[in-house]
Amino acid sequence: MLLIKCPWCGDRAETEFSYGGEAGIKRPPAPEELSDEQWADYLFMRKNPRGQHQELWNHSQGCRRWFGVERHTVNYEISRSFTLAGNDIEQGT
Amino acid sequence: MAANRLSSGGRIDRSKPIDFTFNGKNYAGFVGDTLASALLANGVSIVGRSFKLHRPRGIVGCGSEEPNAIMQIGVGAQTEPNPRATQIELVQGLEATSTKGWPGLRLDVGEIGDLLGRVFSAGFYYKTFMYPRFMWRLYERFIRRSAGFGKVPAESDPDQYEHSNAHCDVLVVGAGPAGLMAALAAAKSGASVMLVDEQNEPGGRLLSSSEAIDSRPASDWIAAMRAQLEQFEDFNLLTRSTTFGYYDHNYVTIAERCREFPGSTSQVRQRLWKVRAKQVVLAQGAFERPLVFCNNDRPGVMLASAVSSYVIRYAVCPGRRVVIFTNNDSAYQTALDLAQRGIQVAAVIDSRIGGADGALSAILDAEGIPMMLGHIVCDVIGRHRVSGVKVARWQGDANEIVDGDTQIACDLLAMSGGWSPAIHLHSQSGGKSHWDSELSCFLPDEHSQLNCSAGAGRGKWSLSACLMDGLSSGLEAAVRCGFESPDIGVPTSVDHQENPIESLWRVPATQDIDQCAKQFLDFQNDTSVADVRQAVREGYQNVEHVKRYTALGFGTDQGKLGNINGMAVLAMALGEPIENIGTTTFRPCYTPTTFGAIAGDGVKQLFDPVRKTPIHDWHEAVNAPMEVVGQWLRPWYFPRNDEPQHKSVSRECLAVRNSVGVMDASTLGKIDVRGPDAVKFLDRIYTHNVAKMKVGRCAYCITLGEDGMVRDDGVMARLEDQHFYLTTTTGGAASAMTWLELWLQTEWPELEVYLTSVTDHYSTIAVAGPKSRRVLQNLGCDIDLEASSFPFMTVRKAQLGGWAVQIFRVSFSGELAFEINIDSRFALAMWEKVMSAGEEFGITPYGTESMHVLRAEKGFVIVGQETDGSVTPMDLKMNWLLAKDKDFLGKRSLARPDSARPDRKQLVGLLSADEQTVLQEGMQLLLDEPPGSVSSPVPMAGHVTSAYHSSFLGHPIALGLLEAGHKRSGETVYARASDGTTVPVTVGSSVFVDPKGERQNV
Repeated sequence: MLLIKCPWCGDRAETEFSYGGEAGIKRPPAPEELSDEQWADYLFMRKNPRGQHQELWNHSQGCRRWFGVERHTVNYEISRSFTLAGNDIEQGT
Repeated sequence: MAANRLSSGGRIDRSKPIDFTFNGKNYAGFVGDTLASALLANGVSIVGRSFKLHRPRGIVGCGSEEPNAIMQIGVGAQTEPNPRATQIELVQGLEATSTKGWPGLRLDVGEIGDLLGRVFSAGFYYKTFMYPRFMWRLYERFIRRSAGFGKVPAESDPDQYEHSNAHCDVLVVGAGPAGLMAALAAAKSGASVMLVDEQNEPGGRLLSSSEAIDSRPASDWIAAMRAQLEQFEDFNLLTRSTTFGYYDHNYVTIAERCREFPGSTSQVRQRLWKVRAKQVVLAQGAFERPLVFCNNDRPGVMLASAVSSYVIRYAVCPGRRVVIFTNNDSAYQTALDLAQRGIQVAAVIDSRIGGADGALSAILDAEGIPMMLGHIVCDVIGRHRVSGVKVARWQGDANEIVDGDTQIACDLLAMSGGWSPAIHLHSQSGGKSHWDSELSCFLPDEHSQLNCSAGAGRGKWSLSACLMDGLSSGLEAAVRCGFESPDIGVPTSVDHQENPIESLWRVPATQDIDQCAKQFLDFQNDTSVADVRQAVREGYQNVEHVKRYTALGFGTDQGKLGNINGMAVLAMALGEPIENIGTTTFRPCYTPTTFGAIAGDGVKQLFDPVRKTPIHDWHEAVNAPMEVVGQWLRPWYFPRNDEPQHKSVSRECLAVRNSVGVMDASTLGKIDVRGPDAVKFLDRIYTHNVAKMKVGRCAYCITLGEDGMVRDDGVMARLEDQHFYLTTTTGGAASAMTWLELWLQTEWPELEVYLTSVTDHYSTIAVAGPKSRRVLQNLGCDIDLEASSFPFMTVRKAQLGGWAVQIFRVSFSGELAFEINIDSRFALAMWEKVMSAGEEFGITPYGTESMHVLRAEKGFVIVGQETDGSVTPMDLKMNWLLAKDKDFLGKRSLARPDSARPDRKQLVGLLSADEQTVLQEGMQLLLDEPPGSVSSPVPMAGHVTSAYHSSFLGHPIALGLLEAGHKRSGETVYARASDGTTVPVTVGSSVFVDPKGERQNV
């Protein structure tokens, strides 16, 4: 079970969180101007890296804040947590 | 005293005798005994029958590796199936039975399977019971009865179990010499330490050894270490605790047996520890391997280390005349342990030409123990008990046929095929392992989490190496936690020089390798050398496939004894080196863990939260059956006297249509939305035009996923300019809130909006029917309830019956209706007031079933019933909800070609052609009438989503999703149930009652 650092509540067990998929996917400002392909790209296409992955987590059983986590998809090591405002919170090891 | 009990020694308390039964017979043992040691002391040699062949089996090991002595402990609700006798502490009155063997252990009718052993080879069940297919049900009943081990209790477990969370700097798994040293080193550094061991006391192998530490008996050293460790405030020792799982980020699970040992006063039977450790030291030691020769499973064939353990730790002599068979030095110690207690060692048979180290051999010589070097035991004599062994010269060729003419009489054969480190937890933590050909075992590679292995668990066999390795591992772990190394020395111990092990994976027999008597690899699953060879002949090469085909390592012991031998035999059959074969995957649980421990106290009422509305007690008092909706209990219908459900529902529906009904709608999800940017935010989420809503207005509203599919619906009310109130479906309340939070926090954090879930704060009483206005007027209301000043789809604050409420003029039944929202504390009182105010109109409480009928009559959808995540608003004819002059989530997807596909499944109404048959929800819809019996697939054009009998209309109604359904009005399609019945149905409007909506708008 992962140990995840919520930027507001600190280290908590994975069961307190829910996963939100890849972080940093910006909603296009004018969807109607996009082609079907461009829209489908936003809608469906996700990175699936072997290595560092930026992802969204929600402290759903805690403060209910969404935040970002950088996690290695092979060994699951979490290198940092960050608020979505951009200021990183280092995850101690 | 029991026949095989030695007169002195052992860690048993001879002043505390214990009576117990095994298979109904009375026996006696002592405090400190395990069930296994007590059975051996009493001369019980057959403890079970094997899984497939029903061969008689005896105790082989002395710990968690035991494959044969699988017991049923206790009776009734508290009985526990399948613990190992080697790990069961003897307690007064213990009732144990063997899990295999009918009618009895000495005579088991299933043993005929052994005589047919060549038929019951690998893949037997797969091949034999395939045909004819209809016979499988009969086969299965037979196979299930003859397979398996213990019986699960038939009643629910009355015992208490609990979970406990813990955190520590250094978790040390295994309290043998390495673990004890690691714990002391870490504790002295200042780290908080947990030391966990599955046995009843720390010490590990030292408890079964005659070795000395610091020139004192090992037991003195253990006691001193324990005393020293317990001085530290941040030290915790968990005994009788099996570390069974190692998960991500150093999360380790431990099952503690709290009650089943002499002197326990614990109320809790077992406790599950969930430990998060900064560093973990894995010091679980190693398992001795059996040797693979003909009939190596006979009762009386044991691991050499287990024999030492029974003799030294339990003062039990499992045999009178012992032969030892080994390929390494460690079993020589067993010969000495026996000889020093006056037990005759008939011979040490060593496959190595050079035998053991000279000094060790000299000691055996001095004891007068004959050694046969370069020899092997090729077969065992005796069926229910070893009576002798056949010995042959070993030429170094596993495939040769030997004579085996030399026979040695004995009643116990102690074997040692070398040692395998217990790398289970290392492997579970993600660590890899590699084959070490010098030590002839798999060793843990680099750790992949914050842990390390120590002692025999990484091939450090000798005592001094274990002590040293434990010390340095404990220090390293503490330093990695940020502590400084203390000054600490290694205790002194004396090691024998050792000659290296020589691999002996399969012992030659007196017949050809595929013809000889069975040479078992996995005792518990009856997997033999011949089975693995057969699997290879049939094309299996990968160890994981061979494992599944032959069941090697599939037992409750997970192949702790047999796996390495099995892999080596597989390697030989494939002609490859063992390092190319690799190990199978180690998974939790290390040993079987009870469901009780895993469930903890999360059972019965604590299994899942139950949510009840404030009006629940009233519903219960009138005996309304409850329906579970999410975690909510909702009244399903309100029967009068012994009224059956359909009559009750019919009466309730007619009351709403003709007079007045009342429903507890408190479970609706409710979200309070405030803030200067509330309009902007809601306009981006919801499909309708929020900005245009006037204060006091309500709107039916839906949200779409970005894929354009309907994800929830509800009512939005604008209470004030910057204050909205949303209702969601009962089941979708949490996900609707999460959805709003997701967008607000991740996409538009610049918006100033405040979201509050108020589902539990307000209760909702829906008063519906033509007389509903009169009921509210009877209650006394400070606002004008007439449509002229309080029209349909508006909300008003009011004083109703003396309480502050908000009244919503919304309707889920299609009738004139008022939904009273009130502070939950007053909801029950308000409900009772409503009931008495409506008495003169025969006000009728109605439940979820009637609510469904009423809404279906009106064609109102339930998200999740009419929709399934693949339905657009257009499919539901909800185009009127889609604002044209703004963007909203999912809008762009509605312009994708797929959303405009003419053959999309669309919501329709369905009327049974015979006007009688109520369709079944889930029925498939077919465009053409199928032939009488459908044997080939027919195209499915949709399905029935809702189906009820409408008492108001006097005939059944149904809703469904149908390909191009909106264009099929008037057509006949065919609803087909899984049982093959077909009902012709007419497609039409999904609104059956009052299509113009006049009844609700008065």
